[in-house]
Amino acid sequence: MSGIGTIVRKELADHFSSYRFIILFALIAMVSLITTYMVGIGLREELGSVAKPKFVFLMLFTSTGPLFSLVQFVAFFGPLIGLILGFDSINRERSSGTLSKLASQPIYRDAIINGKFLAGVVTISLMLLCILLVVSGLGLRLIGVVPGLEELWRIIVYLVISIFYISFWLGISILLSILFRGIATSALATLAIWIFFSFFVSMGASVVADAMVPSKEDPELFMKHIRIQRIVSLISPMQHYNDSTAVIISPMRKTTGPLVLMGPLERLSSERFKRPLALSESIYVVIPHIITLIAITFICFGVSYAVFMRQEIRSI
Amino acid sequence: MGHIIETHHLSKTYGSQSAVDELSFTVEEGEIFGFLGPNGSGKTTTLLMLLGLTEPTSGWARVSGYNPTREAIKVKRIVGYIPESIGFYDDMNARENLRFIARLNNIADSASALKIEEALEGVGLKEEAEKKLGAYSRGMRQRLGIAEILIKEPRIAFLDEPTLGLDPEGTIRIIDYIQSLSRDKDMTILLSSHDLKQVQKLSHRIGIMINGRMIAVGPIETLAKERLGIDDKEISLDEVYMKYFQEGPL
Repeated sequence: MSGIGTIVRKELADHFSSYRFIILFALIAMVSLITTYMVGIGLREELGSVAKPKFVFLMLFTSTGPLFSLVQFVAFFGPLIGLILGFDSINRERSSGTLSKLASQPIYRDAIINGKFLAGVVTISLMLLCILLVVSGLGLRLIGVVPGLEELWRIIVYLVISIFYISFWLGISILLSILFRGIATSALATLAIWIFFSFFVSMGASVVADAMVPSKEDPELFMKHIRIQRIVSLISPMQHYNDSTAVIISPMRKTTGPLVLMGPLERLSSERFKRPLALSESIYVVIPHIITLIAITFICFGVSYAVFMRQEIRSI
Repeated sequence: MGHIIETHHLSKTYGSQSAVDELSFTVEEGEIFGFLGPNGSGKTTTLLMLLGLTEPTSGWARVSGYNPTREAIKVKRIVGYIPESIGFYDDMNARENLRFIARLNNIADSASALKIEEALEGVGLKEEAEKKLGAYSRGMRQRLGIAEILIKEPRIAFLDEPTLGLDPEGTIRIIDYIQSLSRDKDMTILLSSHDLKQVQKLSHRIGIMINGRMIAVGPIETLAKERLGIDDKEISLDEVYMKYFQEGPL
């Protein structure tokens, strides 16, 4: 086990001292702080006159300010964290000749890939935890409401799902760094996959839906259109993540289906007479999505593991 | 003294191409064995198979009695390997690189600290120990490779082209270090090189590999006598090697 420990330690030191990580972290911290600030100010203004509703703290994460909500931001930008941390993890070692040296030390070969993946997951977790804490702190000051225990649990579940989600992308990028010898090639490939899943799947989904249900005038047809669109877009892990976190972070939502966008005040008045879901019920609603996310993360890592263990270390 | 390294009809094929072909040879404990042969003759592949980094297609090998394919960890514990283009982490300095290797070999930091200083001193890199490896020259990197061996203190060292691309002064230094590894630490050394003069100077026995086959094994004088019919202690390896190389196996 000493092999894994040593490699994790080195990889963590590498991650935290690299400019890549610092820039990434600064960028994310900046965007989240600005988003939270604007959302927080907005919430304070809109809700200042009414009695504080339940779960107002969670609205900090879900309300779309002038730009986007924090949850949306992580869904969209999170993959980049995983991809950037991993796209050159194996092929850089290969090209600098350190891979054969590592492999000739008395450690199991899987310690190399396990160590790299583990260090990436730890980095991602710390990064997300930091961001959530800072955002919560700022939110506390802005809206002046202490989150309840229920809200805290929801945030923790959200954190765990997010870690799996970003680790999935880390797994993808490590796999690509095993498959491609060139660092530039694997970087491009990771970007291509990210763009495919974030833009093209949703575009493709509406194209497919349009083709299958050309007219949307009938409400029934319209619903069918939306259903097809959802089913197609489920091939993207981003969709699974969006669906599960949306329900986890807003207790009022009872389905993962589409909903009409409303401002916070409208939402409150419409939700006034609804009963919020308990956390366990919310999890129950989205458990298929959560399981899917966890499963694809493991599958992705498993494939990288298998490919790496079979590959010749030698760089011919 | 037993065979510390032994191979039996060891073969490796990549697709239809044969890299190592039915190789059988032994290396005795404590000797320096010179591995000769043109590029692509299978020397590196043989070393990788002995280390358990590549699986043989057929045949077997034993390193100190261990099977490198099945007991790779045990083999790697007693073998130090310096590949042809030795890699280091460019953003770490020499000390950090060595400490990393020590940790991978299960040597605690408290125990390795002194060893690292001694090794750096030994290869004359003490002054440059704080420099990042990115700023190291080729010669310095090779010396740091030797320092790695000094820290690991393996029973067997595989050195693949340790002096390739070095200036004459660097070459001489590396040769000195290799000699002292053999003499002071009783290491068995498998040395692959194209520099026939230094192989002659260092090796107790040599093996000549061509196209994946070992066509001759033995001390230089014996090889000279067998093929050239000359009984001369001063015969140069160049002549012997060229003769074997041109005529192939008998």
